[in-house]
Amino acid sequence: MPEAPKQRIVSPSSTAPLDLPVAPRNPGKPLDLSWIEEVRVNRSAVERRAATLRTRRTVKKEWQAAWLLRAITLLDLTTLSGDDTPGRVRRLCAKARRPVRLDLLEAMGAAQLPIHAAAICVYHIFVKVALEALEGSGIPVAAVSTGFPAGLSPFEQRLGEIRASVAEGAEEIDVVITRAHVLTENWPALYDEVRQMREACGDAHIKTILAAGELGTLRNVARASLVCMMAGADFIKTSTGKESVNATLPIGLVMARAIRDYRERTGHLVGLKAAGGIRTAREGLDWLALTKEELGDRWLRPDLFRLGASSLLADIERQLEHYVTGRYSATHRHPAT
Amino acid sequence: MASIPEIFQTMDYGPAPEGSALVDKWLDGQGRQFGLFIGGAWVAGEGESFETLNPATGKALARVTQATPGEVDRAVRAARKAQPAWWELGGHGRARYLYALARQVQKHSRFLAVLESLDNGKPIRESRDIDVPLVARHFYYHAGWAQLMEQEMKGRVPVGVIGQIIPWNFPLLMLAWKIAPALAMGNTVVLKPAEFTSLTALRFAELCGEIGLPPGVVNIVTGDGRTGEAIVVHPQIDKIAFTGSTEVGRIIRTATAGSGKKVSLELGGKSPFVVFSDADLDSVVEGVVDAIWFNQGQVCCAGSRILVQEGAAQRLIAKLKERMETLRVGDPLDKAIDMGAIIAPVQLEKIQALVQRGEEEGASLWQPSWSCPREGWFFPPTLMTEVSPAATVAQVEIFGPVVVLMSFRTPSEAVELANNTRYGLAASVWTENINLALDVAPQLKAGTVWINCTNVFDAASGFGGYRESGFGREGGREGLQEYVKWADRRTGGESEGWRAGVVKGDGRTKLSKATRAVKSRSRAASTPSASPALRPSALPPIDRTPKLYIGGKQVRPDAGYSLPVLDAAGQRIGEIGLGNRKDIRNAVEAAHKAAGWARSTAHARAQVLYYLAENLATREEEFRSRLHAFRGIAAPEREVALTIERIYSYAAWADKYDGVVHHTPYRNVTLAMPEPIGVMGVICPDEWPLLGLVSTVLPAVAMGNTVVAVPSASAPLVATDFYQVLDTSDVPDGVVNIVTGDPAELARILAAHDDVDGIWYFGNRETSAEVERLSAGNMKRTWVDLGQSRDWSDPHDAVGEEFLEQATQVKNIWIPYGE
Repeated sequence: MPEAPKQRIVSPSSTAPLDLPVAPRNPGKPLDLSWIEEVRVNRSAVERRAATLRTRRTVKKEWQAAWLLRAITLLDLTTLSGDDTPGRVRRLCAKARRPVRLDLLEAMGAAQLPIHAAAICVYHIFVKVALEALEGSGIPVAAVSTGFPAGLSPFEQRLGEIRASVAEGAEEIDVVITRAHVLTENWPALYDEVRQMREACGDAHIKTILAAGELGTLRNVARASLVCMMAGADFIKTSTGKESVNATLPIGLVMARAIRDYRERTGHLVGLKAAGGIRTAREGLDWLALTKEELGDRWLRPDLFRLGASSLLADIERQLEHYVTGRYSATHRHPAT
Repeated sequence: MASIPEIFQTMDYGPAPEGSALVDKWLDGQGRQFGLFIGGAWVAGEGESFETLNPATGKALARVTQATPGEVDRAVRAARKAQPAWWELGGHGRARYLYALARQVQKHSRFLAVLESLDNGKPIRESRDIDVPLVARHFYYHAGWAQLMEQEMKGRVPVGVIGQIIPWNFPLLMLAWKIAPALAMGNTVVLKPAEFTSLTALRFAELCGEIGLPPGVVNIVTGDGRTGEAIVVHPQIDKIAFTGSTEVGRIIRTATAGSGKKVSLELGGKSPFVVFSDADLDSVVEGVVDAIWFNQGQVCCAGSRILVQEGAAQRLIAKLKERMETLRVGDPLDKAIDMGAIIAPVQLEKIQALVQRGEEEGASLWQPSWSCPREGWFFPPTLMTEVSPAATVAQVEIFGPVVVLMSFRTPSEAVELANNTRYGLAASVWTENINLALDVAPQLKAGTVWINCTNVFDAASGFGGYRESGFGREGGREGLQEYVKWADRRTGGESEGWRAGVVKGDGRTKLSKATRAVKSRSRAASTPSASPALRPSALPPIDRTPKLYIGGKQVRPDAGYSLPVLDAAGQRIGEIGLGNRKDIRNAVEAAHKAAGWARSTAHARAQVLYYLAENLATREEEFRSRLHAFRGIAAPEREVALTIERIYSYAAWADKYDGVVHHTPYRNVTLAMPEPIGVMGVICPDEWPLLGLVSTVLPAVAMGNTVVAVPSASAPLVATDFYQVLDTSDVPDGVVNIVTGDPAELARILAAHDDVDGIWYFGNRETSAEVERLSAGNMKRTWVDLGQSRDWSDPHDAVGEEFLEQATQVKNIWIPYGE
C-alpha cells in the first residue's frame, strides 16, 4: 500500500479555530463586489452532486440512530402558523426539552446524552411564552422577524421588530431579506439592509433567510449568501418555509459552498440553516451528510448547523423506535407536540 | 463496535453493507463452477478452468471454463445456424425478445449489481445506480431499433455472426453495449467476457434462457486471450467488436486485415479534462471525482489529464486536495464508499509502477491522509502536479485512480494540449461561457465531448473514439452502422467483374489491356510517343508535362522518374510522374495545412463543388477525348456526364448530411455531429478513371476532409487534367492533392503514414489486406474493397450515404443546460 500523506492543506492563518466549543461570531467584512461578480454556479452539475450525494452516503444501525439523535440536537423546532396559540407554543417547548421517549434513549444507551432541540422558533408574539416554557433548559428562543415571511414592511418597522424581540429575550433572530435587492442585483442595498439588521440584533445571533426558492437562480442564491455573510450574518438560512420551493439539496449545496468559500477567504465561520419541507428522517440525514461532506464535521453542531422543521421530529422518533425494537413504529406511540 | 454516544460525538460513517446472500446462494447452487453457454445450453468445458476472484478480498468466487478453439468453433456454428431465423423473425419479434431482456435485467437488477461488485470490485453504488440501469436502458433502446429497423434502416441487412470481446471494467454494461445492437439488427453473437469478470455474463446467459431466446442467438464463451484469439481468427465470424486496450486492438486490426471481417474497436484513452478559469470550480471538483475516481479510474474515457487555466490552478488544486480527504475507499459492497478495489494484482502493480515513474520524473504526488484497506487490492485517489506534457504519466493510460494536472494560458493552448495525445476517446470542458464551450468542443479530437459534466452515458448517444482510441460507435443511430451492411452490394467477382456489367449494360466494347499499362513498362519503352487522336495538326505536339498536384501547385515528382502512359491501342500518349514516399509526405503536409477546409461552412464547400462541375462542363469535350484515348470507349460522353452529375450529388450533400440531437434522458442537448476524419488517403478505382476519381474524392472533400488522391493507374492523365479544373474552381490549395504512380506502393505508404487519419483503397485484395494491416500503426480508419469492385456508374452503388458515413466520424457533444 502507498504511504500516507505527503503534504496537507495549510489553512489561512487568520482562520477561526474549529476546536472552540462555540464558534466565534462572523464579524462580516466590507462589501466586495468583484467577489460577487466572480461567482459561478453550474446548475446541472450542482444538481448532479446533490442527487448522487444521497446515493454515496448512508448510515445504518447504530450510526443511523446516533445521527438521528444528533439531528434532534440541531433542530429548530418551529411553529409559524396563523393559528398558533400560547398553548400550542408551550406544547412545542415541552417537546423541545424531551424530544425522545426516555425508554428509547435508555435502550440506546443514550440516556446521558443532552438530547434536546437546538431552539424553538416562533413569531415575536410568542417569544415570552416560549421563554417561560423553556426556563432552565438552556434552549434559546428564536423569533422570525422583519416582516416575515415577505419582508416588505417599512424598513424602520422591520428593524423595530428585531429590537422588540431582542428586548423580549430572543437570542436568535431569523430575518428575511428583500428579494428584490437580489433580483435587481442591487448588492449594496442588500448589504446595507443586512448590516443594519445585524446591528439591531446586538448580541442576538442573526440568521438571514434568503427565501432561495424566490431568487430565480442558484447563482443568485450563491451571491445573496456571500453578501449576507459579508454583512455579518451568523447563519444563512434557505427558506421561510412559505415559498413554493423551500430547502432543496441543490440550494443547500450552493449555500454550503458559499460558506466554505467565505471561510477560505476570510477565515470566518458562518452557520447553515435548512428550513422548509424537511419532513422525513431520511431527508434530515441527507442534510447532515451534505453538511459533513461539504463543510466538515465541525458544522454538525448547533452553533453552525440547524434544521428548521415542525414535523421532522415525529418521523425521527418513529425511526428511533424501529432501531430499538426492530418493529415499524406509529406516530401515536410518541408524545405529540 | 462503536456505541451510540460515541458516534453521536464523532459523527463518523459506519459500515453500510449490501447483502450478498442471494448471490452466494446462486453461486453455491452452481457448485461455484461454470461451463459455456452454447446453442442455448450449458456445456461443460473440455479444457482447463480458472478461478475468478473477488478483488476486495482476493478470495475465489467460482471456477470458470477456459474455452478452447474447438468450443469457440461450436459456438460460432451455433450462432451461424441461428442467424437466418433470427433475422427472418422480423423486427417486431426481435423487439419482443430485447424488451424481455430489458425487463429481466430490471427484475434482477440488485442481484446483477451485487454479483458485478463482487466479481469486479466496483462500488455497489455504481453497479446499482449506473451500470445495471444502463444495461436495461440499452436493451430497451435497442428493442426500439429492432422494431424500427425495417423502416429506418432501409437497404441494410445484418452483418451475420458477430464475435464480441469485452473488458473487465464494466462487464455487464459492455456486454449490453455489444449484444443489444447486434441482436436488434438481426445478428447473432459469440461473446467472450474478460477472464477477470465472467460471472455477470454467465448470469445473463441464464436470463437469455429464462426469456426463451432462441438457442444460438447469444453464446457466451469464457476464457483468456487465447479464447479471444480463437474468436478473432475464426473464418465464420463476420465482424469483430472489441473493447479493450489499444495494444490488443492493434493485434486484432492486424489479425483481421484482409479477412473481410468488419471491425469496431473501442480502445484506450488519456482524456483531457479542460477547466477554464470562469468555471464553477466546486462543480469542477465533483467533475474530477466523476472523471477519475469513478470505477477506481479503470475507465477508458476517464478524465485523467486535468488541464486548468493558469489563474485558477492553485485554487483548484487546493479544493481538490480538500475533497480527496473526504473520499471513502473500501468494501465494494458498502453503500457509502466512493471507490472500491482494483481489479487484480497485475493492474495494481501497473498503477504503482507508473506512479513511481511519475515521481521519478519529477511529478509531485498527493494522496489523502487516510489509508486503504489492507486486505484486497486497493489504491488511493492520487493527484499528480508539476507534470509536464512530456512526462510518462501525462502520456500513458494509467487505468487507475491517478490524475495528472497541467496548466494552460489560452483557449488555443488548451486545445493544443488537449489534442496532444495519440488517443481521442473523450474530453470534458468546464466553463460557464457557452461561446467558449462551443468553440472548443469541435476542436477537440475526441468521440465524446462533455460540457460541464463527465462520464455520462446513454444508449441514445454514440460512444467511440478518434485516433488510436479506435473506430466505430456504440449507442445511438450511429452505433447501428456497425451491425448492418448494405444489401444488394455487388460482392461477387474480383475487379474484372464490373466490366462484364458495363459490356452487358451498354453494349460497349470490353476495355483493353490499357488498365495494366503502367505495369507494362517493358512494352511501353518500345512504343512511339503521343496519340494521333490528340494531335491538333501536323506540327509536332507541344510537350505536356503532367506533374503531381500538391498544395495547389503542380510539382515535379521528388524522384525525377516518369512513367509512360499508354492508350487503348497500346500507343504511348504521355508520361506521368512517379510519386514516392517524399511526395506522399509533402502531400500529407499540404493536406494538413488545408485543415481550414473543415471549418469553412458547408454552404461554402457546396459552392466550390458546384463551381467544379461548372468548370468541368466547359471542358467536357476535352475529357471525352482523353477518356476515349485511354479506354477505347466509343462514347465516353456517359462517363463525363455521370461525373458532372456526381459532383452535383456531393455539392448537394455537402450541406445536407446533418447531425442529430439525441434524446438522452437528462436535461441536456446531446449533439451528434458528423465531423470529417481529417487527412484522408484515397486510392481511386481503376475503372471509370474520371468518374471513379470524383466518386471517391468528392464525398471525402464534401464532408470537409482534405485528400491525398492516388488516381487510377490505367488513366492517370485524366487526373492530371482534372487538377487544372480544381485549380480554376476555387478549391483551396491542399484540399485535393494528387500523387500519381504505382497505386499499390502509394497505398502502402499512405497506410503506414501516422499523420493520415483515414484511408480508402479501391483495388485488389492483396493490397486491401496490406492497407488494413499497415493502418494498425495509428489505427486510422480504413475502407477497402478487397478487390470486389462496384459499378461506379450505378447511383445505387456508387453514391450517397455509404460514402458519407465512411467520410465522417460522429462526435457526441453533451451540453447540459439550466441556470
